[in-house]
Amino acid sequence: MKRLSYYLLALTLAILGFMQSCAKQSSSLADNEKIPEVVSYNFDIRPILSDKCSTCHGPDANKREAGLRLDDPESAFRALKEHPTAHALVAGKPELSEVFRRISTPDTSLLMPPPNSGLKLSAREINLIEKWIKQGATYEKHWAFVAPKAPKLPAVDQDKWPKNEIDYFILQKMEDKGLKPNEEADKERLLKRLSLDLTGLPPDLPLMDAFMADNSPNAYGKVVDALLKRPAYGEKMALHWLDVARYADSHGYQDDGYRTQWPWRDWVINAYNKNLPYAEFVTKQLAGDLMADPNGWGGPGTPTKEQLLATGFNRNHKITEEGGTIQEEYRAMYVTDRTDMFGKGLMGITMECAHCHDHKYDPFSQKEYYKLFAFFNNVKEVGMESVIGGPNTYAKKPLMEICDEDVQGILSFVNKLDTNRLIVSVMGDLDTTRSTFIFNRGVYDDHGDEVQPGTPASILPFSDKYPKNRLGLAKWMFDRKNPLTARVYVNQLWQEFFGTGIIRTAGDFGMQGELPSHPELLDWLAVDFMNHGWNIKRLVKQMVTSATYRQSAVVSKEKLQTDPNNRLLARGPRYRIEAEFVRDLVLSSSGLLNRRIGGPSVKPYQPPGLWEGATSGRGLLSMYVQDHGDKLYRRGMYTLIKRTVPPPSMAIFDASNRDLCEVRRLKTNTPLQALVMLNDPTVLEASRVLAAKLLQEKSGTEAKINKAFRLIVARKPTEKEVAVLSEYYRSELKNLTRPHAEKALAVGEYPIPKTLDKVQLAAMMRIVSTIYNLEETITKS
Amino acid sequence: MEKEILEHGLNFNRRRFLSRMSLGLGSVALGSLLMPDLFRSSGADEDGFTPGMPHFAPKAKRVIYLFQNGAPSQQELFDYKPKLRELMGQDLPPSVRGTQRLTGMTANQKEFPLVGSFVDFKQYGESRAWVSDLMPYTAGVVDDLCFVKSMYTEAINHDPALTFIQTGSQQGNRPSMGAWLSYGLGNENKNLPAFTVLLSRGIGNGQGVYSKLWSNGFLDSVHQGVQFSKGEDPVLYLRDPEGMTRTERRAMLDNLAQLNDLSYQEFGDPEIAAKVQQYEMAYRMQTAVPTVLDVSKEPDDIIKLYGPDCLVPGTFAANCLMARKLSENGVRFVQLYHQGWDQHGNLPFEIAKQAKDVDQASAALITDLKQRGLLDETLVIWGGEFGRTSYTQGKLTKDNYGRDHHPRCFTIWMAGGGIKPGIVYGETDEMGYNIAQNPVHVHDFQATVLNQLGLNHEKLVFKYQGRRFRLTDVSGKVIHDIIA
Repeated sequence: MKRLSYYLLALTLAILGFMQSCAKQSSSLADNEKIPEVVSYNFDIRPILSDKCSTCHGPDANKREAGLRLDDPESAFRALKEHPTAHALVAGKPELSEVFRRISTPDTSLLMPPPNSGLKLSAREINLIEKWIKQGATYEKHWAFVAPKAPKLPAVDQDKWPKNEIDYFILQKMEDKGLKPNEEADKERLLKRLSLDLTGLPPDLPLMDAFMADNSPNAYGKVVDALLKRPAYGEKMALHWLDVARYADSHGYQDDGYRTQWPWRDWVINAYNKNLPYAEFVTKQLAGDLMADPNGWGGPGTPTKEQLLATGFNRNHKITEEGGTIQEEYRAMYVTDRTDMFGKGLMGITMECAHCHDHKYDPFSQKEYYKLFAFFNNVKEVGMESVIGGPNTYAKKPLMEICDEDVQGILSFVNKLDTNRLIVSVMGDLDTTRSTFIFNRGVYDDHGDEVQPGTPASILPFSDKYPKNRLGLAKWMFDRKNPLTARVYVNQLWQEFFGTGIIRTAGDFGMQGELPSHPELLDWLAVDFMNHGWNIKRLVKQMVTSATYRQSAVVSKEKLQTDPNNRLLARGPRYRIEAEFVRDLVLSSSGLLNRRIGGPSVKPYQPPGLWEGATSGRGLLSMYVQDHGDKLYRRGMYTLIKRTVPPPSMAIFDASNRDLCEVRRLKTNTPLQALVMLNDPTVLEASRVLAAKLLQEKSGTEAKINKAFRLIVARKPTEKEVAVLSEYYRSELKNLTRPHAEKALAVGEYPIPKTLDKVQLAAMMRIVSTIYNLEETITKS
Repeated sequence: MEKEILEHGLNFNRRRFLSRMSLGLGSVALGSLLMPDLFRSSGADEDGFTPGMPHFAPKAKRVIYLFQNGAPSQQELFDYKPKLRELMGQDLPPSVRGTQRLTGMTANQKEFPLVGSFVDFKQYGESRAWVSDLMPYTAGVVDDLCFVKSMYTEAINHDPALTFIQTGSQQGNRPSMGAWLSYGLGNENKNLPAFTVLLSRGIGNGQGVYSKLWSNGFLDSVHQGVQFSKGEDPVLYLRDPEGMTRTERRAMLDNLAQLNDLSYQEFGDPEIAAKVQQYEMAYRMQTAVPTVLDVSKEPDDIIKLYGPDCLVPGTFAANCLMARKLSENGVRFVQLYHQGWDQHGNLPFEIAKQAKDVDQASAALITDLKQRGLLDETLVIWGGEFGRTSYTQGKLTKDNYGRDHHPRCFTIWMAGGGIKPGIVYGETDEMGYNIAQNPVHVHDFQATVLNQLGLNHEKLVFKYQGRRFRLTDVSGKVIHDIIA
């Protein structure tokens, strides 16, 4: 015993030391990394200039020092304003280039960046700049603003490994760094990963059995196809989009009243299930109200209700119901929110930085911000339409009404449960044009010059052939020459399946964003996606059938050291699943899950007093009235989101609060998450229900444990695992008293079969609950 | 000096690590042997800033922020304006009002009749500070307080103003002050969250509070404010289910750790070890939190000091007592919200009730911290999100009136934590409408708070979406005149 502890202690210390040293190494690795033969402006120099110099020598004209701009060759090579005999850059001659002299001087009064800025260049960065100048100081346009061209597939040594094009790009990088891919994951783990990724649910027993029994070479392909056809696919895919579109069930400000925006959410699920091409999916949401016929891309006439409903996308933002609001201030905020979401969610740029001033890092002027703003500025809306109240306030004008015959016809995917009036906020423009002005310093009532709708020229100028409205904007987005649209969505999907995007900063493809880990792969996928009609399911299938995706997630010490964050993908993805899917896993494995799709959001168990403690006391959502019956068992994405007090068990697992567009969730690991898994009635009730089912089966203890384990972890337990759990079951049977057992069972509203022995049930419930708490259970591995 | 702080930090961590090692939790599990770091931060910083370490020697270690939600009227509490009584009913001169925007509630009012306070003021203490009769207990501790009468903000409605003062931005989705401090200074007590939130409500016209006010924004979620509720579970999901003893929980966690360890051996993923660690922390929190919050052992004189309400969970008084206990146990930032200060109408009646809710306990907290020798290292802040107008909203009658939102000036007080005691900083004009001297912008206030905690507000930055964000956005200066 003692020896074991010593052994573990040593192991622990070793791991600790290891973890610390690899944390250090990842940063020192970059510093020790060799200076490349040919220094690339885009990949080596621009990140330095952008991060360390652009604040004072970048695109923002108002903050520019000494009239010098280092992101623009014309300015950088020109004679300096204050010292006409000197030049910031002299091609080939670092010793004559003020840039190099000032970053390498020991004189702190001359040193750049100035010490009081808190910024500092590393020795490697200084060497890179020196070499770049020596090699001629050549500038390139930022890679993300140049339209992608499909690169050739790279040559690889291990040419048996690739299963599709993705793998060539991934393998080539691995081979460059001397890494080998992992083996393919075992079938059970692979199926769990796939099922979670395509449906947000763990595989059920019949699917596991069928897949394990299928030894045909195409077994994996078949199961991919089968899962893509499940309606749960649409739900899974929709979740990320709901984050992008900041969808919620409340208005968000102050009193935070209820809203009925959920039919739009049903539209999204249906769109994914119907596999609407991405171009159509987005165009409808941006401009459905401006599209005339169902197949059409413009023209006179009225849009269909389906097209109109899609535009709820741009009305999901927070809307105030606070008395005393200054109308124009809030209306401007809504337009700002749409503009920023368009930038971050659809274009992958931090457009919001140009709200108050020219962008400090990227070539977007403040004027261009307001040109983009102009597209969203013509909505027939006011800042505050009504204060908190009854059903008429659940949507704000412009709105559409969904009547029962719509639900029987064109809107059959809307899960309307009753015959009450149902309204949804949608888009609709004024008949006349509302003028758009630059807001000086971003202040809504401090108007500068008037601007016309337009797009940032550095991305792609807005063509005259497009109408100057949101429909034109959509056409601009899906212009083949647009460098961002396809890359941004491909990257978001990659993030869904591999945990991290090819560009980690999924919302920032600009110069301050991180560089792509595999730029050629991103371009290849983007071009391929466009070439195949923006077909989402096809792209998903490409990713999940790649050899890259199918690798086992085992981490060797070597790989942990060389690539702690798995950027090179020499192993399969392994990380905790999203908040909503944690709930889904618990409900589906216990058999409690209600599989209904869509409809009004629900209020499952929640600790008491949360809404009541934070409310103004007004409105439908001032008190949490918990639902009952099968509404308690719906998927996590249907839990009602009251923005000011979001569902706590979701927030603890890093769900978005849906205040603003979000493209990347954090993945944290905290003790509060442990408490949810240990004590949330949802998990406890599921444990009890599953335990009861198992006890009603005529099987031995080990068989019951085996089955519970398979349902929850989606694989057969090892002998050791069964032994630990069986032993635990026996000791609980011995320890538990009847009164304790009865108390333990009294959780949740689902009925308990009367015939079962209470002590047995409570003991089995603890075993099941332990399995729910395994790290592997809520991990995609 | 900086080196000393660094050394101190390292020793502190070492000591903690060793003391945990000897706790012997009765587990052979990998996790319980790992160095405990309850609120582990994964965000490595690129600017050489070490989270968890101050920039310079701090004056204060902890903050207790008694937030008066809804904007208490300064004219009825601390900003004595006898002139307003003289001018009772007269219209606010346009020259005083200037071009200021008004809320939608009074923008259409034809007249702006000035209204003096219904309540009398007196001077107290050696500092001779003016305090209204609504705040008798606060009047008793004025020599420990620093009143700032010249606060101003940019927002005119509750939601944006609250969000602004807590996060430095009106829009939300940024870390709030407590999250920044947790990020900047780390945690003193590894069994409690660094940032806790306590809510209470008076009978006055209420405004909601929002979880974005204690959001971690783009920081790691370990820095999020943890709301302690008045119910049996002060921390959500803290309590084990009915029928489960501590021994049984321990047994479950031991089994769990054993199983997770098998998984670790297979996958080698450090996240598995981290997970086991988090379960052990959760287990310790289950004991630590109720112990800290137990008021049953507080002596009678303390109960008397805070008043009988302090034994009623969910009251402001109970939260003040809890705040002291959390703070004394090392919680970096304790944020209270007391709702109900939005007196657009019926002001005399409502504000008297609101004041009664908070007066005794606020003063008690100062006295209590002082007698424990903790006031020097604890910064206490009292105030709302903006001020209220000198003119009445709605009809002015003999004994009733209301006041609208007024971002141009408001009063807060601070105490302890290296702030000069017994002073008044800043002045408003005789109509209490504009600032006459030493304006303090919300960002100046935030910069000053960070400064007292040893943090330079311009250096406490986090890079997100390509920009280095600060609590003070792009402005703010430390108010040196109020620092001892």
